[in-house]
This record gives sequence, structure tokens and C-alpha cells, in this order.
Amino acid sequence: MNWAEFFAMKGYAFYVWGSYGVALLVFAIEIMLIRNRRKQALRNLRLMRDEMGESV
Amino acid sequence: MKKMSLFGLLGLVVRRDLLLAMRRRADVLTTLIFFVMVVSLFPLGVGPEMDMLRKMAPGVVWVAALLASMLSLPRMFSADYADGTLEQMMLAPQSLSVLVLGKIVAHWMLSGLPLALIAPVLGLQFDMSAPALGTLVLALLLGTPVLSMIGAIGAALTLGLRGGGVLVSLLVLPLCIPVLIFGAGAVEAVTSGMSAASNLSFLGAFMLFALVFTPFVASQALRISME
Amino acid sequence: MAINWFKYSAPTTFYGLAGKLIPYFAWPAAILFAIGIYIGFFVAPTDATQSEAYRIIFLHVPASILSMFIYLIMAGYAALGLIFNTRLSSMMAQALAPTGALFAFVSLWSGALWGKPMWGAWWVWDARLTSELILLFLYLGYIALHASIEDTRRADKASALLAIVGSVNVPIIYFSVKWWNTLHQGATIKMSGTSMHIAMQQAMFAVMAACWLYAIAVALARVRGIILEREANTQWVNDLPEVKQMNGEHS
Repeated sequence: MNWAEFFAMKGYAFYVWGSYGVALLVFAIEIMLIRNRRKQALRNLRLMRDEMGESV
Repeated sequence: MKKMSLFGLLGLVVRRDLLLAMRRRADVLTTLIFFVMVVSLFPLGVGPEMDMLRKMAPGVVWVAALLASMLSLPRMFSADYADGTLEQMMLAPQSLSVLVLGKIVAHWMLSGLPLALIAPVLGLQFDMSAPALGTLVLALLLGTPVLSMIGAIGAALTLGLRGGGVLVSLLVLPLCIPVLIFGAGAVEAVTSGMSAASNLSFLGAFMLFALVFTPFVASQALRISME
Repeated sequence: MAINWFKYSAPTTFYGLAGKLIPYFAWPAAILFAIGIYIGFFVAPTDATQSEAYRIIFLHVPASILSMFIYLIMAGYAALGLIFNTRLSSMMAQALAPTGALFAFVSLWSGALWGKPMWGAWWVWDARLTSELILLFLYLGYIALHASIEDTRRADKASALLAIVGSVNVPIIYFSVKWWNTLHQGATIKMSGTSMHIAMQQAMFAVMAACWLYAIAVALARVRGIILEREANTQWVNDLPEVKQMNGEHS
């Protein structure tokens, strides 16, 4: 199994790996955005709790 | 107030809206001038060759009609929303759908109808043949009500939002694509010698379908926005 | 023993359930995707007419199907939220929208990259690609409407109505675009027409299943984030273990 030949995809490498690459990139970005959103929500919750803690 | 039939109510709302619009005649004209301007821009962009323009004419006129009717959509409810009459309308015992239908008809008479009537003049700019112009007007008469009806849903949903004007177009234009396809298709069918009956019947079907559902959906949208 | 389905329709219990379920969807998705890619690239034979470029189909077809079905599922959740006033359904609809839009984008992107070697142009006004583009606009319209309304209750209901109207229009748009396309260009090459080699079908099925599991896992994860944001001032959220930790620790 010659990897170089495999990745060349008989000249269509750009198109094949271009579409799969962008798809995986898009999925990775989506996952990262969701984790970020969760972290942000938790940080806000803790800030609110700390403020409430001081004011009570 | 004597018992009023629904059609009487419809007529009342339409008359009221037309009266209001006539007081600020500029709004009606802006839609018309926008339509004429957009259509006249294309030859400047594409070049004066007549055969090219003749081929593009239906598409250009229809896209301009779509954009022009999007322009005046936010004003459909915003004036009444601002001074509270919309709330009164919603509290009225009569069905809100008929009131909304009245507003849609009024909006159509101020935007769709003028476009259809002035379209032949613009068609001459593109050297369109007489049958093509006839079909264009008929297609516009059948298609522009659908734009107003679907637009009413968009206007009701984006009531009172800042940047609502652009948002309405973003929401409504994808939904109006079938009308654009069959509208332009009708004129093109005639110019290429085929009969436009099928396209026009599709447009008629869309209009009836929209006529049945959009007033109710738009009134639901109003209830949501006004909560 | 009657299962009390409604127990899980409250955000409080659903938050915990979703958290436990995510790994059960995420890992099988990754594994199935790997299997699909392996079969698609190593087992499936080279296509006679398009040689290697056709392998993009294992991504393009699932993405297109996913983008269409997610829109209908999103409209379903939105309708549930509108009719039964269950806020979790509206949250679920809001959680699904970005994933559906991304699948539509992936479908368009892979369609363009597949079109270039096959039809010689990056963008071809093929009926399916055009309808996919319009579907992407519908997604963007839904997301834009939801984002532009501050009051979340009104945002949920307004975008729900738009999703329902959109889902009624999707078949009409697909039909009229197909009519418009065959009128001008004639039917382009139909991939599904050619009998697909068994390995191709296996690869397609594996990638499709992987995409479904991925979509569910991502939607569950995003809906948990939405629940945290919307139920921020409720007691049960503040009692959550991850909120209890000090700010510095990684949650």
C-alpha cells in the first residue's frame, strides 16, 4: 500500500481531501464553540454566585 | 356599530389603510421608483445588446418586483404598532385574520398592483414582445399578492425589532423563490413560443394556497410579537 | 409500569440525562465515521467514469440528507414548543439549527468540490445543489430571527412559526427548483441511477449513521449550554457540582 499514491487520489487529491478536510474542520470548530459556550455559561454562573455571596 | 359582515370589515380595513397611505403618498411612490430604477440599472450593467436584454428581461423584472415589495413590508404593521391601533385591532371581537387580510390587500394595492401596471412600460425598455408583456402583467398580478401575503408573516414576526427591514427580506425571500421561478418562467415560456398556462396555473395555485393560510399564520405571528 | 415520559421533558432532569447520553452518541459516531472512511477509501473500487473523485459522495450525500431532515426535526421541535409551550422543545430546536446549517454548508462545499472534476465548474445550478443553497438560507433566517429578539420567549415562538412555515415551503421549493432546472438544463448525471457497488453502500451507510450520531451528540451538548444560560437564576442550576467549584478550576 503506497501511501503517496493513495493520497494523490489519482490527481483528485485536492477535491477529495478538500471536502473531507473542510468537513472535519467544521465539525471540530462546532465542538470547540459548544465547549466554549458551556465554559462561558459556567463562568457567568460563578460570577453571579460570588456577587450574590458578597451582597447577602 | 351595526353588525358588519366580514367582507364589510375587509373593505373597511382596506379603505382605511389606503386613506392613510394616500396622506403620505411618498411611500407609494418610493416602491414604484425603486422598481423602475432597479430595472433600468441592468442594461447599464449588462450592456445595450438587445438580444441579451430580451433574454434577461423576465428575470430582471421579477427580481426587481420581489425586492420592491420587500421594501415596503416593514411599514405594513409598524405605523399601527407604534400608535397602539394594532392592539385595539387585536382586542376587537372580529377575527384578526380578516383584519390582517385587509392590511395585506391594502399593502398589495400599494406595492404589487402598481408594479404590475407599470411593468409593460419597463418591458419596452427590454424590447419585449406584446404577448410577453401581457403574460408578464398577468403573472405579476398573480404573483405579487403571494409576496405580500408571505411578507405579512415576515413583517408580523419582526414587529418592533431594530434592523427589522433587512431581517424581513432575509426571512421572506427564500420563501418567495417558487413565485419568482414560475413568474419568470411564464414570460420566458411565451417568448420561446410555448404556452405559459402551466406556469400561470402554478402561480394561481400558490396564490390560493397563500390566501387560505397566511392571514391566520400572520395573525398568530402578531399575537406572538405583541405578547 | 407506565414510564413517565414527561419526567425527562423538564430541563432539570433532562440536563443530567443529556450529559450522560453524550458519550454514548459521540464515541460511536467517531468509530462509525472511521469505518465508513476506511470502507469508502480502501474497499470500494475505483469508479469507471470519475476514478477517485466520486469518493466525495460518501460525505456529500449524508450531509445533504442530514441537513434536510434536521430542518424538519427542528420544525417539529419548534411546533411542539409552540403548541405545548414546553420550553425544552424550543431550546432543542434552537440547539439543532446551527448543526443543520453546518451540514447544509458541508453539503454545498463537498458538492462544489465534487462538481469541479465532474462537471468542470465549481458551482452548477443543479436542482439539488440549488435547493440545498435555499435550505441554507432558511436556516440562516431562522437563526437570525432567533438571535435578533431579546425576549427568549418571543424569540422561541417567533422562530418556531418561521420554522413551521419554512418546513411547509421546503417541498414546494424543492419541486419548483427541480421544475426550473429540468426546464433549462435537463437532468444532470444522476449518481443514484448507477448501481452502487456493495462496498459503496456500506461506506455511505456507515458515514450516514456516524453523522446522525454526531448531530445528536452535538445537539445534546448545545442544549445543555442553552439550559445553563436560560436557567441561570434558578436554584437547581446553582446547586450543580460544576457551578460549585471555584472560578479557577477547569469544569
